[in-house]
Amino acid sequence: MSYTLLAVQALNGLQFGVLLFLIASGLTLVFGVMNFLNLAHGALFMVGAYLAVFVYQQTGAFFLAVVLGLVAALIFALMIEVLVLRHFYRRDHLAQLLATFGLILILNDGSKAIWGSSPQSLPLPEILSGSVPLIDNLQYPLYRLIVIGVGLVVALFLYLIVQHTRFGMLVRAGAADSEMVSALGVDVRRLFMTVFAAGAVLAALAGILAAPLIAIEPGMGDNVLILAFVVIVIGGAGSIRGAFVAALLVGLVDTLGRSFVTDLFRVVLPPASANEVGPAIASILIYALMALVLVFRPAGLFPAPGRS
Amino acid sequence: MHFKPITTAIVLTIFATTASAAQTEPLKIGFMTTLTGPAASVGKHMQDGFNLYLKLNGNMLGGRDVKVITVDDELKPDVAVTRAQALIERYKVDFVTGIIFSNVLAAVLKPVTDSETFLISANAGPSIFAGKGCNPFFFNVSWQNDTVPEAMGVYLEEKGPRKIAVMAPNYQAGKDMIAGFKRYYKGEIVDEIYTQLNQLDFSAELARVAALKPEGLFAFMPGGMGVSLIKQYSQAGLAGTIPFYSVFVVDETTLPATKEAALGLLSTIQYAPTLENEANRIFAPAFEKEYGYVPSYYASQAYDAAQLIDSALKKTGGRTDDKALLRGALESGDFTSVRGDFRFNVNHFPIQDYYLVKAVRRADGMFHTDILEKVLDDHGDSYASECAMK
Amino acid sequence: MTRYVIAAIVFWCLATVPFLADYFDQSYLISLTTRIMIFALAAVTLDFILGIGGLVSLGHAAFIGIGTYTVAIFSKYGVTDLLVIIPVAVLASGLFALITGALALKTRGINFIMITLAFAQMLYFGTTSFSALGGDDGFSLSMRGTVFGMPLLDNHLGLFWTSFVLLALTYVIFQTLALSSFGRALGALKQNSEKMESLGVGRRQLQLRAYVISGSLCAISGVLLANLSGFVSPSSLAWQRSGDLVIMSVVGGQGTIIGAVIGAIGFLGLEEYLSQLIEYWRLILGPIAILIALFLNHSAGSSRRHG
Repeated sequence: MSYTLLAVQALNGLQFGVLLFLIASGLTLVFGVMNFLNLAHGALFMVGAYLAVFVYQQTGAFFLAVVLGLVAALIFALMIEVLVLRHFYRRDHLAQLLATFGLILILNDGSKAIWGSSPQSLPLPEILSGSVPLIDNLQYPLYRLIVIGVGLVVALFLYLIVQHTRFGMLVRAGAADSEMVSALGVDVRRLFMTVFAAGAVLAALAGILAAPLIAIEPGMGDNVLILAFVVIVIGGAGSIRGAFVAALLVGLVDTLGRSFVTDLFRVVLPPASANEVGPAIASILIYALMALVLVFRPAGLFPAPGRS
Repeated sequence: MHFKPITTAIVLTIFATTASAAQTEPLKIGFMTTLTGPAASVGKHMQDGFNLYLKLNGNMLGGRDVKVITVDDELKPDVAVTRAQALIERYKVDFVTGIIFSNVLAAVLKPVTDSETFLISANAGPSIFAGKGCNPFFFNVSWQNDTVPEAMGVYLEEKGPRKIAVMAPNYQAGKDMIAGFKRYYKGEIVDEIYTQLNQLDFSAELARVAALKPEGLFAFMPGGMGVSLIKQYSQAGLAGTIPFYSVFVVDETTLPATKEAALGLLSTIQYAPTLENEANRIFAPAFEKEYGYVPSYYASQAYDAAQLIDSALKKTGGRTDDKALLRGALESGDFTSVRGDFRFNVNHFPIQDYYLVKAVRRADGMFHTDILEKVLDDHGDSYASECAMK
Repeated sequence: MTRYVIAAIVFWCLATVPFLADYFDQSYLISLTTRIMIFALAAVTLDFILGIGGLVSLGHAAFIGIGTYTVAIFSKYGVTDLLVIIPVAVLASGLFALITGALALKTRGINFIMITLAFAQMLYFGTTSFSALGGDDGFSLSMRGTVFGMPLLDNHLGLFWTSFVLLALTYVIFQTLALSSFGRALGALKQNSEKMESLGVGRRQLQLRAYVISGSLCAISGVLLANLSGFVSPSSLAWQRSGDLVIMSVVGGQGTIIGAVIGAIGFLGLEEYLSQLIEYWRLILGPIAILIALFLNHSAGSSRRHG
């Protein structure tokens, strides 16, 4: 195992983590500010990818697909907010869970009805494909570097908004005590709608960024949803900072685990058993990480103040 | 429940009018497939393949009208068992066919065959039912899982590189595929990489492959996982440097999504739409005309399942009640398969040819696989000798 | 009181299924109802901690899985007697619940949901790599369960009545527990945990006891499921299964116990019915779920603040 490989794997982990952050940040915002448990967040990831593919199929232009895909996802999110989700903000988590579960069923089967069950794709334009040399004999796909860049820019942007604007102040206050915010005379309905829209756009952005990398198919958001929940729970529900740290942690642990755990087992076990045990342990790692964090810090790494 | 006499009376009247001709009653076929989740596209190919044969033959098999009852196994074995029981007990089907996944097949095989209903797998071919667990009521018209990677093993052993990395999802079929490959490939295997099922991102694994610098990568990665793998393989710049060989990755179900990224990639399989034979000259064009896309081997297998039932029923005169007669008729496999040579082994699995195929773009812009050469001739699986068919 | 009337009606309806199935010659209804009762049993055990205790577990499928894999392991050694298998499954499952519960109950709200999911996922990935039992492909059982050596579960009816009796027993156990002082204390914790703690009631100890009882008895459902399918695979532990159980328990009116049975009948029955009707049946089930959520008991909103 060389250092170059380790470096590449670390970059891969970072890229995966950044993607996870984009998804998880929206989820944690919505959960933190509105105390709303949105299972359909993963479905919004899928919707983003599908809408970009739709625009691409009509126009053949990648960048247009990204931009219009985001706009369409925003409009779509506002639509379901008004039609469905708005009526569940003041309800208990189980009602929210059931309603957003229903929404997942509709969105998954809806995309299947519209686009069919075959996987779709969003091909990269020539200038974004290919790989770049970083240091000697270390090649890295250009597009993955772009994903890392976009993710970090979004993270910085979110940080500045949350820390330094009035909207951010409300978001932070909402995460701590949403009843107090409404007592301050803030139009909670508009605040919630804005926060939900922001969360949805983040999820859709993640979906669109991931679209050229993975197969776009109905139900692609379901596994992503679980990972996003793992991230926000490790980070402390409601905390953007927590989501960022936890996303990178999960990304790195998962990627490095997948690459090196089997090797480690080969040191102590015969190859056949190592091949058996290694991948199983690698799949479990992030869940073990979450359990470990929760056992020692039941509210996550960076719990929002006032929430335990 | 006072209406029972009336129902009985109606039923009796119906029977009285049709009593003389039991076989004019429609033949009922339970088509069990996966229509939920990522594998649903394979399910669609198979449904269309089966229905095409019915359409071309006036919805008749063996001279009888056909009623197909399609059920979705949702890729959950316990759901599959309940739905299989519904097919047998509620609809009283004469055949159960379709079935994409080995675990679904393993779950439904016993309830279906226990009721002495013939089960014809149009895809799943796990080793357990090819060897000691072979069953007189079970037939497979696709392949035994191991044989397809065996063909790739043979090809690479003869022509290919001496240092190979292999990659498969960490589950039984994945391990079987690698085992089948290794049965014939004797070169050095530099690494065996097992990935998580339904993994989306293969960057870690690909970085590993790049670092190992093998002379080739052999992969088994079905469905959406394969699409992701191929896209990422080409983006990582590996496509030009390390040749990619695979089974069940590059085919007509995934090519519409992978497009250019899969061009030129090699696989082994028993069928491609460009195969030259009499039956395929009817099937492939008719399929495209009817459904507007290129048929995969999955579609061809389901079409052959329909052909097999048709041929057997023609021999029995449409009768399904004499099980021994019907079984003999099925065993003779007397139909012209769209894949060319086909006959049943003692374990009711095919003995057939396997080809090396390559993904290409046609003049009209559609993608498909094209035959390069025949790798194995009249090849049967290695489990048949363990089968003592009763 | 009405609760018992409803329970009596539900069980009476279930008991008539074999006769109706026989009458209309639709014997598949028996296996369908058996499957529903098996999941109802699991939903009942979940409803006790979820509805009454406010502990939303998204990992109950793990207990079903322990049940199914106990059957598989015993069948490898030729043991099929339920009188051996059920106690072992219940004990194994109870042990798992004790260990994971002790850790999980350090957390609350959504973190509890996620940590239970985490433990279940660990078990899930463990079984997918368990190649002695087929790994992800699963394991076919050569024989069905027996009782005192009699092949009781070999036919649909035997399995149906076994499941019926075990479901009824589970219902009685949890209904009794719900009304006992233990159940009331558990319910009170959900309403107002600070007050109870100041009264000297050990929150975690009480909740852990409930969690272990729920988890251990849930394994019975797994034992029956394995016998219904004749087949054991990791898919019985998938997290979507845990989600289904939560839905069943919520839809029927959380904390009512019999509601979990009704929820299971409604959820699985609707799924079966709709999926035969049209291909895109989830487009119908989805709005139904949303509507049910909309009209769910509003008073159950007490857990809101501490999500």
